[in-house]
Amino acid sequence: MSVSFVEKLECPRTELLFEESKPLFNKDQAVSEASRCLFCSDAPCMQACPTHINVPLFIRQIMTENLNGSAKTILSANIMGLSCAHACPVEVLCEGACVMNKEGKEAIHIGRLQRYAVENAYAKGINFFSKGNSTGKKAAIIGSGPAGLSCAAELARLGHEVVVYESRRIPGGLDSTAVAPYKLFSDAALKEIAFIQRIGIEIKTGITIGKDFALSELEKQYDLIFVGIGLGQDSLLKIPGEDLTGCMGVVEWIENIKRNNSFNPGSIQSAAVIGGGNTAIDAVRELKKLKVPKVTLIYRRTEREMSGYKHEKDRAAQEGVEFLFQTTPLEILGSGGRVTGIKLVKTKGEDGRLSVVSGSEFNFLCDFVLKAAGQEKLSGLFSQIKNLKIENGLIKVHPETFQTDNPKYYAAGDCVSGGEEVVNSVADGKKAAKAMHQSLLKGK
Amino acid sequence: MADISINFAGIKSPNPFWLASGPLTNTAYQVMKAFDLGWGGAVWKTVGIPIVNVYSRYGGLTYHGNRLVGLNNNELITDRSYEENYKEIYQVKKKYPKNALLVSLMFETKQEWKEHVKRAIDSGADGLELNFGCPHGMCERGMGSAVGQEPKVLKEVTSWVLEYSTVPVLVKLTPNISDIREPGMAAQEIGAHGVSLINTIKSIIGIDVDSFSPVPSVGGKGTNGGYCGPAVKPIALHMVGALSRMPGWKTLISGIGGIQTWRDAVEFILLGAASLQVCTAAMHYGFRIVEELNQGLSDYMDSKGFKTIEEFRGKAVKNYVEWGDLNLNYRVKAEINPKKCIECQLCVAACDAGGHQCIHTSQNGTRVPYVDQEACIGCNLCSLVCPVEDCITMKEIDLGKPYLTWREYQKTAVS
Repeated sequence: MSVSFVEKLECPRTELLFEESKPLFNKDQAVSEASRCLFCSDAPCMQACPTHINVPLFIRQIMTENLNGSAKTILSANIMGLSCAHACPVEVLCEGACVMNKEGKEAIHIGRLQRYAVENAYAKGINFFSKGNSTGKKAAIIGSGPAGLSCAAELARLGHEVVVYESRRIPGGLDSTAVAPYKLFSDAALKEIAFIQRIGIEIKTGITIGKDFALSELEKQYDLIFVGIGLGQDSLLKIPGEDLTGCMGVVEWIENIKRNNSFNPGSIQSAAVIGGGNTAIDAVRELKKLKVPKVTLIYRRTEREMSGYKHEKDRAAQEGVEFLFQTTPLEILGSGGRVTGIKLVKTKGEDGRLSVVSGSEFNFLCDFVLKAAGQEKLSGLFSQIKNLKIENGLIKVHPETFQTDNPKYYAAGDCVSGGEEVVNSVADGKKAAKAMHQSLLKGK
Repeated sequence: MADISINFAGIKSPNPFWLASGPLTNTAYQVMKAFDLGWGGAVWKTVGIPIVNVYSRYGGLTYHGNRLVGLNNNELITDRSYEENYKEIYQVKKKYPKNALLVSLMFETKQEWKEHVKRAIDSGADGLELNFGCPHGMCERGMGSAVGQEPKVLKEVTSWVLEYSTVPVLVKLTPNISDIREPGMAAQEIGAHGVSLINTIKSIIGIDVDSFSPVPSVGGKGTNGGYCGPAVKPIALHMVGALSRMPGWKTLISGIGGIQTWRDAVEFILLGAASLQVCTAAMHYGFRIVEELNQGLSDYMDSKGFKTIEEFRGKAVKNYVEWGDLNLNYRVKAEINPKKCIECQLCVAACDAGGHQCIHTSQNGTRVPYVDQEACIGCNLCSLVCPVEDCITMKEIDLGKPYLTWREYQKTAVS
């Protein structure tokens, strides 16, 4: 009997204060929406999906009320079809590619339809996949994020013995700790993991490879090893005052709101998030939804240069988030050990090098600061793996097989890409598994 | 403003829209409400030998999320007493003298017909409609469609009514036959003032795939019922047209079958209908739909310069010809407007499967397809599946050749 991680979640979690931005369709809504789909030939939505889900088919199956068939269509392409339905930036993927846009009509709500199919099928307790006939080969997966789980699921379906090692108490990686709660609650992410476990995958949590379990031992026990350990802690801004109470990293903070209720939004009058990526935008929206009166996103470059999605930024603006562009922090200010504001300075320069506008320093009052300047690269484990090639802190892999320079190791996910969507990691983890399968069969 | 009033064999109506005999015309309350909202007339729910109805009477066809694309029912004729019906018919006619009020009748013996033709007329009926169309329940008792399917019986029963009636008599025809012209001609020959068609089509609207019962399910069992609603309109149009273009046809037609909008109504009129009966649409949306019907018909007539309905009634009849009279030298070819194309490639899939494999994806990297003009046989399929208005059009090509029918073609081929 596999471990149920949903039960390990703490009950009072800040994330439960959020309302879902895209609630589950009822049958009528789903069938009507599915009926709008044109069932395009060689559909652009399918091509836009990194996992190439047969979107027109699964939508047609919803229309004909064959939800099990629909879920199977989705999950056979993307084993994390539920998380992706919630977390994917559909606006720039499948729904962005929908031909309806070209006619000025609303794109089909593919993400919500996908959720409808998978969630209903899972609610019936259906196991869509089982373990393949045993090959006698064993693979270890380090890290239980989307890349690792996708790789594990595929390997298990192909008949290999798979064990996933996770250093945290609860698996899922960023999928269960970092996706904005109004998109995906952690219990939903963990329910999906429970279905993946049932394919016949063992997930061992609380084990850090290289610390609690020697790498040499792992190499001895397993034929191949997949590394999907993601990225490390929030990057430091490297300015004075970062250690004040009320200043923290954004990934750590989101993990807190998804895991416990240690965050008290009621005590905050003005919050600032420093960064221009999607995590920064998620954070300002989350703070606003938690009813923090004043929320400001501070970004050192222009609006146009933000790496975060425009549609998310626009929603944040509609929700009342304020923006300070071409502004960068010099120091987090505090009193009595607590944050009281940020010393900021204006910047200039576009598309090129940034420079500070001299004499433009000003103090910004706030009592909470989130640093969203990216995550550190993990290097501890990498240094223990022989011949692993690292570039800019990321593992170098073959672009198709995801094999590293050490042939026993494969890798995918954020530790290779530097940070992409859940769906990209799922796609890459699966591709790695296919290549590992070929290698394992050869070794027989 | 166009005059949309009609005179149907002497039955005057402020507009051509009548509620068809059925669930909508069961009581004075319903008919009065409908007249208040603008309906021109109503055909009272069939009065006949008292019956008992079952519970669970309707089954709906939902297509791609659209409800009641088709409707099926197993309801029988009125389940109210003669007294109640005739009293309320009298009240309605008294209050609404300018609206057309017809009474639908269904009886077995000549004596019964005689009695009730008189009672209906005494109650104020402007006309009678003989229910020879009901396809369920009553036909098993030798009435309804059992009469409509036998021209001889139809003639005999109609002749009884004509003998006793002092008001116009309409024979309601069933579509559940192989050739509508036979009962139609029988009704004309015996002297009916009009025919109403089509009645509902014998149907099973669906099977519950979990309980294995036909729907609507009456405690786990179902029966065939009468099919109506938008889905039956093409069948009704054909039958109305088949009578209208028949040589010697002169009887007035009251068109029925899936009329929901003014456009449907105009189509029936163009094929010769002199009045229009509506049921499913009002059952779905309520009596208020008549506002759109009246206004739309009037606006259409204004836009075409038709002052009365008679001016354009039957205008499409001469264009409804046999296949053998179509022009073999007529050509159309599909043309795709690349500026409008949304790249769904449905035309590619459809032409590849059901066309002549002449629409191809471009080689230059765009998803906009192109038509192989040589291979195109002008079947229209691509233009029908294309979801964008006016993106695929069928362009007429002048071969510079005269009109050539199959009959003529055969002659030249032989010689």
